[in-house]
Amino acid sequence: MMALLKKSSIWIAFLIALLGLPLLFDSILAISILNQMAIAIVFALSYNMLLGQGGMLSFGHAVYFGLGGFLSVHALMLIEYETMVFSILWIPLIGGLFGLLAGIFIGSFSTRKAGTVFAMISLGIGELIAASSLIFSSFFGGEAGISGDRTFGPTFFGFDFAQNIEIYYVAAVWAFIATLFMWLFTQTPAGRMANAVRDNPERAEFIGYSSRKVRFISFCASGMFAGIAGGLFALNYEFITEENLNAATSGRVLLMAYIGGLGYFIGPIIGAVVLTLMNSLLSNYSELWMLYLGIMFLLTVMFLPRGFAGFIMMHQLAWVRGNMKMLIKPYIITGIPALLFALCAIALIEMSHTEDEVFHYLGFALNPASPVTWIVILAIAGGAFYAVKRSFNQLNDAWETANAIPKEEES
Amino acid sequence: MLEVFIFATLNGLVTGFLLFMLASGLTLIFSMMGVLNFAHASFYMLGAYFAYSLSLYFGFWTGLIFAPLIVGTLGALVERYGLRKVHASGHVAELVFTFGLAFLIEESIQFFWGRDTKNYQTPDLLDFPLFTLFGQEFSAYRGFMMAISIGIFIALYYVLTKSRVGIIIQAAITHPQTVSNLGHNVPLIFMGVFGVGTALAGLAGVIAGPVLTTFPGMATVLGSIVFVIVIIGGLGSLAGAFIASLLIGLLQSYAIASDVGMPDLLSLLGISFDRGHPLNDLWTMNLPQIAPVLPYLLLVLVLIFRPTGLLGKREE
Amino acid sequence: MKKIQFFTRLSSPLRKLMAVTGLASLLVLNSTSSAQEPVRIAFMDPLSGTFASVGNTGKTILEFAVDYFYNSKGGILGGRMIEVVPLDNKQSPNETQLQFRRAISEEIQIIFQGNSSAVANTLNQTISRHNRRNPGQEVLQINYSAVDPILTEDNCSFWHFRFDAHANMKLNILTDYIAADPNIKSMYIIGQDYSFGQVVSDTTIKLLNEKRPDIEIVGNEFHPIGQVKDFTPYVTKIVSSGADAVITGNFGADMVSLARSIIDSGLDIPIYTFYAAYDGITATLGESGKGKIRLIHNGVANPLPTEERKQFNRDFKIAHPNNDITQPRIVNALQMVVKAMEETQSTDPYDIALALEDMRFTTLGGEEIWMRGEDHQIFQQLSISVHTDEGVEFDADNSGYGLVTEYQVPLEETIVESSCQMRRPRR
Repeated sequence: MMALLKKSSIWIAFLIALLGLPLLFDSILAISILNQMAIAIVFALSYNMLLGQGGMLSFGHAVYFGLGGFLSVHALMLIEYETMVFSILWIPLIGGLFGLLAGIFIGSFSTRKAGTVFAMISLGIGELIAASSLIFSSFFGGEAGISGDRTFGPTFFGFDFAQNIEIYYVAAVWAFIATLFMWLFTQTPAGRMANAVRDNPERAEFIGYSSRKVRFISFCASGMFAGIAGGLFALNYEFITEENLNAATSGRVLLMAYIGGLGYFIGPIIGAVVLTLMNSLLSNYSELWMLYLGIMFLLTVMFLPRGFAGFIMMHQLAWVRGNMKMLIKPYIITGIPALLFALCAIALIEMSHTEDEVFHYLGFALNPASPVTWIVILAIAGGAFYAVKRSFNQLNDAWETANAIPKEEES
Repeated sequence: MLEVFIFATLNGLVTGFLLFMLASGLTLIFSMMGVLNFAHASFYMLGAYFAYSLSLYFGFWTGLIFAPLIVGTLGALVERYGLRKVHASGHVAELVFTFGLAFLIEESIQFFWGRDTKNYQTPDLLDFPLFTLFGQEFSAYRGFMMAISIGIFIALYYVLTKSRVGIIIQAAITHPQTVSNLGHNVPLIFMGVFGVGTALAGLAGVIAGPVLTTFPGMATVLGSIVFVIVIIGGLGSLAGAFIASLLIGLLQSYAIASDVGMPDLLSLLGISFDRGHPLNDLWTMNLPQIAPVLPYLLLVLVLIFRPTGLLGKREE
Repeated sequence: MKKIQFFTRLSSPLRKLMAVTGLASLLVLNSTSSAQEPVRIAFMDPLSGTFASVGNTGKTILEFAVDYFYNSKGGILGGRMIEVVPLDNKQSPNETQLQFRRAISEEIQIIFQGNSSAVANTLNQTISRHNRRNPGQEVLQINYSAVDPILTEDNCSFWHFRFDAHANMKLNILTDYIAADPNIKSMYIIGQDYSFGQVVSDTTIKLLNEKRPDIEIVGNEFHPIGQVKDFTPYVTKIVSSGADAVITGNFGADMVSLARSIIDSGLDIPIYTFYAAYDGITATLGESGKGKIRLIHNGVANPLPTEERKQFNRDFKIAHPNNDITQPRIVNALQMVVKAMEETQSTDPYDIALALEDMRFTTLGGEEIWMRGEDHQIFQQLSISVHTDEGVEFDADNSGYGLVTEYQVPLEETIVESSCQMRRPRR
């Protein structure tokens, strides 16, 4: 009993976090962001089933998300017109079912090969379906999409789900269930074999597994969970448009999974949370936020190839050996000038963009027209850069000592 | 009808040749380095913008020469300081890197040049109709576009088959390891190919900018089509890319020019549906409407039935 | 910079923690604590991405007008300033939903929105739903530009006001103008494959059939929105159809590419449009489009009728040399909303909505405009203007080219009936 409890403690913590967050952040905006996060987590995890665990790079994963969402909104409409009567709680299941069906159909021919062929078929299918969604406007509703209303259908203990906070709890529970099942999937033989096929399809074939069949199973499961995410989206926004199945959405889920860290189960969750937050909060402060997002993304790919989760996991050894405290000081010494440099760079970018006479930044009133401002900021930036460069070796040394023997293979 | 056919062919060829200028660079990069360069069309866009800025001060012709050089240099720098670093983390990382790069280039262009459409004009020298057929003009500039593209094709063909560098590149496409073992500086070749490839894309941007309008979305419009061409043509096959470019260019042009659709087909079969039918969209679909989808349809079909592409020899 | 409710509503232990770390002070730095709360209105349009230039120009106009008329003169409602909160919806229905929730979170109750009918429809539905579920926290949609007729017809809402003539009104006038031209015997319709493009196509065919049955519709083409690389194949079809004129509802890059392809092919026929001016389009068309491109729009172009209006343009140009007054209707909308607030001495959307109904208002250009109460549609004079460089006092894109009005229709003649059956909330 205790063992089971210990094993599942992380899941209990996850559930408590999901359900407890709205108590801490209760503004309408916060609930809206939490809702987005719940959806993004399921979607990004389903993508990780393909790429992280199955080694299948997909450029069209939004197709399953979108199709699941469209079917869910149609189901909402059917409930509204009383063609069907069931609680809207089961809507994500409909999305999942349809995502699964789409996965079975498309997977039947696209999973024959992995690698580039698979990636390109997914791109082609993605573009095909996105374009057709604009042509078949009676089902997809053209560029304005289709919308339903979630307050119809039987109520659930008196809740009619009119408020976003009510739907958040629905989404949180579904996100928890989906995450749990996706984790359990990695523990099944099918999930283990997916890893094997990813790493070496020939060897997997030798021990008697059809690598195509293994890929097919992962693919269908992934489509199903993407469909569930689509269903959650439909419930939250009560509408869906072709944007939700086009290449931009497919690209975004790739970014989430990648930035978070592909090799780790928790990676996509981190990625989903970070990107949702950036998307929602950063755009408030600067219209150039997409530029920053692009820069951050490139830097992550270049310097943290295993994502945020990989970065955290890098410290596992030092943590286990109790050497973390050796790293704190060097991190601070390098981190502060690095932060200063980033802030200066942002100030320079914003100043060259603004049309205002006074530019307010972190409590300073800067004058973009005066060369003095520029020189001062450039000087600080230069100094900070130099400091980072100087202290970086020290950090490197500290890292070496903290992780000294037995050194683990890092890639 | 004849004039529509002739002009559709001409337009298709202009587009096809233009696409080839992008596809040739991409296919070289792709087959040598295994990198699906998502940012390739972004370099095309950079070419148009640089040429626009240069043309404001020094005229069109300066832009024509220097913009591709700038873009090529940028491309080489990206390879040297970006891609090469990411290369160690595998192909997916490289791909994701170019994906992010495309995103960043688009945002940077909006940052430096603004978001509105740029007034990038054709040079006065070429501002006359080359010939007039059935009352429709074919502008000299389009002729010029075609001439440049064909020139590039011939030059590329010559360099790759006749010159020493070309032979090394050809070898590196099919047997990168062996070439490295023979003592050639493969990283330098990679950097060079990336630079030349992006310069070609930049050149395509320079000559396409005035006709296809220079605006921040111009890369997105072309981006995935070029991908499709490279795959349909087959990995590592320049000839395949050439055929696929013309095929896609002509296919789209004919599809738009045609006037047939499902209603014609159905009336031929003697079936009719009323407008209220749930599948009304399907029955009223016509060819011009689905023209942009055709390349993707072709892609999926080719990949299912011939995964190596039209002329490709390698699978991965 | 904008303060965010997100962090101000943190529960107290966490807030304490953040206060200790100085984070809270950083994030809620600008919480103005003046005695008079500002009146906050949201401007929700694309401010980043492909369509950003149009949205940013609109934002600049609104912010300028707010300062010019009110804030520099001591505010409204006895000293309250107006604060414009820009919300970037990237012209996407999805993002619109997110931004709407942000607006609600910041307790903003008036939303200006204009670009894209798809977005306007989404916002309309979202607002109706929200207002029904949250009485007392209603939101008002001030639509200054989305012209899909459905917004004031079948989908009309008490909470939506449109300050632009809708597509059918504009087409009604435009087809009158075309019908009066005996040289036009055939017409080619081309448009983006989405709701507005289809409205333009359907209505043009219907109206021309009534007014000039002899005009032959020689082409009715839809192309995918924002995906066409090269319009030459389409132009080939236009040329071979022998059309005497082209009508299109295209906007943005699709508009420029189409017009340039037509002109490049040597085809010398009039092109009737809705959106072929400003934001780089006028500059790009330049000399080649002179005298060929015509726009139907509300209000007036050159020559501007009154000195006040001219002065407003000049002052705007001084403050923003790279922008133009592209959409004077934003100014009209702002002035009418403020007038409604002043009349009722309230910022409650319900009161404002009632005051706006059947309001008659004299604009800066000296014309009287009317907000019909039955469907919340504005009526004002409509103009057809030509793209030229002669007689242009106020040019566009600093290019020397601009619009000169050729044909004007007074308010009374623009009135069309509406199928709107509005559900009015009870208080």
